Amino acid sequence: MTATTTAPGTTARRASEPAAVRHRRFRLPFSAWHVLLAPLAVLFAVPLLWLLLSSVMSNAEINRFPPALWPSGIDLGGYRYVLGNAMFPRWLMNSAIVSAVAVASNLVFGALGGYAFARMRFRGSRVLLVLMLATMAVPFQLTMIPTFLVMKKLGLIDTLGALIVPSLVTPFAVFLLRQFFLSLPRELEEAAWIDGCSRLRVLWAIVLPLARPALATVAVLTFLTTWNDLTWPLIAINHDTQYTLQLGLTTFQGQHHTRWSAVMAGNVITVLPVLLAFLVAQKAFIRSVTSSGLKG
Amino acid sequence: MPSLPRPLTLPPDTSGRRALRRRRRGETVTAWAFVSPAVLVILGLSVLPVVWSLLLSFQANDLVTPSRWVGLDNYRALSQDPHFSQAVRNTLLYTVLYVPLSIGIGLALALALNRRIRFVGLYRTLFFVPFVISATAQGVLFSFILDPDFGAANSVLHHLGISPQGFLTDSSQALFVLVAITLWSGTGLCTVIYLAALQDVDQSLIEAARLDGAGRRHLLRHVTLPALSPVSVFLLLWQTIQSLQVFDLVYVTTKGGPLGSTTVIVYFIWEQAFKNFTAGYGAAAAYVLALALFVVAAVLRVVRGRERTLRTKAAA
Repeated sequence: MTATTTAPGTTARRASEPAAVRHRRFRLPFSAWHVLLAPLAVLFAVPLLWLLLSSVMSNAEINRFPPALWPSGIDLGGYRYVLGNAMFPRWLMNSAIVSAVAVASNLVFGALGGYAFARMRFRGSRVLLVLMLATMAVPFQLTMIPTFLVMKKLGLIDTLGALIVPSLVTPFAVFLLRQFFLSLPRELEEAAWIDGCSRLRVLWAIVLPLARPALATVAVLTFLTTWNDLTWPLIAINHDTQYTLQLGLTTFQGQHHTRWSAVMAGNVITVLPVLLAFLVAQKAFIRSVTSSGLKG
Repeated sequence: MPSLPRPLTLPPDTSGRRALRRRRRGETVTAWAFVSPAVLVILGLSVLPVVWSLLLSFQANDLVTPSRWVGLDNYRALSQDPHFSQAVRNTLLYTVLYVPLSIGIGLALALALNRRIRFVGLYRTLFFVPFVISATAQGVLFSFILDPDFGAANSVLHHLGISPQGFLTDSSQALFVLVAITLWSGTGLCTVIYLAALQDVDQSLIEAARLDGAGRRHLLRHVTLPALSPVSVFLLLWQTIQSLQVFDLVYVTTKGGPLGSTTVIVYFIWEQAFKNFTAGYGAAAAYVLALALFVVAAVLRVVRGRERTLRTKAAA
């Protein structure tokens, strides 16, 4: 602070010149940072590379000791085994259904709830909002036993319904969207509202198109958590026709771990949707993680 | 001076007010229609279970037959259960190792990546990608890589002339191996969040400090790190909560073994409720965990608040 008052613009510019020069040196392709970062990056990449390589190895190659570290050719036997398995495609389908419903319903109910809490006045809204905010601090382990009992009373245990109902809408979706709606200028909606548009129409035609980044955040995070969840399916599902991929994979590994190439092929299929989603929507992913962390 | 205009009074427009009231009532109905799905699901599956869980923890319940009230017996039994205290010890050790390491490495990586170097995007992607992979997939992958007989890890060690290791099958190593796997998948989160926070560090502040002759180390210690402290507190809280709740990875890789060396609290809860069918006992353990999480959050909140008052005092 003292520096800016003593140094007028010109000296400041001159003084910052060495910094600019330093930046130029860092832009060299093989600066010292790469010596530090590259091995670490390799270390992070190797397990994933190994996942991919081992999934296309033949069984003979995998079961040798020491195992081959590079496949001699691409052998799709593991994938054929997994996709020809009676159950695996079904688990993939179950995971897809549960995640798709969760994403869609979190967007719909999150937007409706978030909009009402952001823009509409109704008795008890304060209390409800605080209560819902408080539920975010409740760890899942505390609620999982009673939730199991609730689902059992509803007759949903061992059905996809038991997986879908608890993930229909999360407080996170409601709050993130509410915060975003609050940041939009009211005037945009008020004109339409006064002109006689219904609230639903205002939400659909004016607010939601503006809220695309927030909606993407909710979609991305909901997909990630429902697709990757193991704990709740493990509790709620017993019968293997209702398994999700994650749950199926754990039993698959137990039964077939002599066919490691098949297990790894199954693992690749489990990881691939999230990985593809991440590579396509990297920005939305990073934004969702940082915004849920920093501002949520 | 011209006389002030007299206030113009109109007879109350009752029809308008009635319309307004009707509109407001319609608004309330709409609002409730909007929030009710969220309220039903969220409160129905959290507030109700929180109370239910508390009641369960005072009962003996096997998830099937009607439960029996036992008062504080579950909690008393927990305090004497060697398996539970082992689970608490394991969880604490895991947390004490994982949280500072992930935050420290994450910060170092973020500081390194916050420069204009080539391939920054590639590095960031490589460090972050493991984070999006499910704990299940991680567990399956690493139990393959670390398989004592067929695993690639021992194969590499063999090439290096190091004797084969037990990894997850060795009770003296398993917990540390789990920490290493979680570091692989969780450090990227800290890096990404720190990188986002570094973008927000006031550049004029850095320039000013530089003009005052601050070296890079001074800059880091007196400008950058203090600016990052809210994020650090957040990460500390977040990572601690995550690691106190670790379950999926343990379930997939070790199932709490060998010899209970990786039985963490949530695994203990799951085992009690859904394997041994002592749900009341499991609920009591869950309440102990929830209380611990609450204490962590409260302590950090106090620390954060004190920090904030200190900062405002310093500013004033």
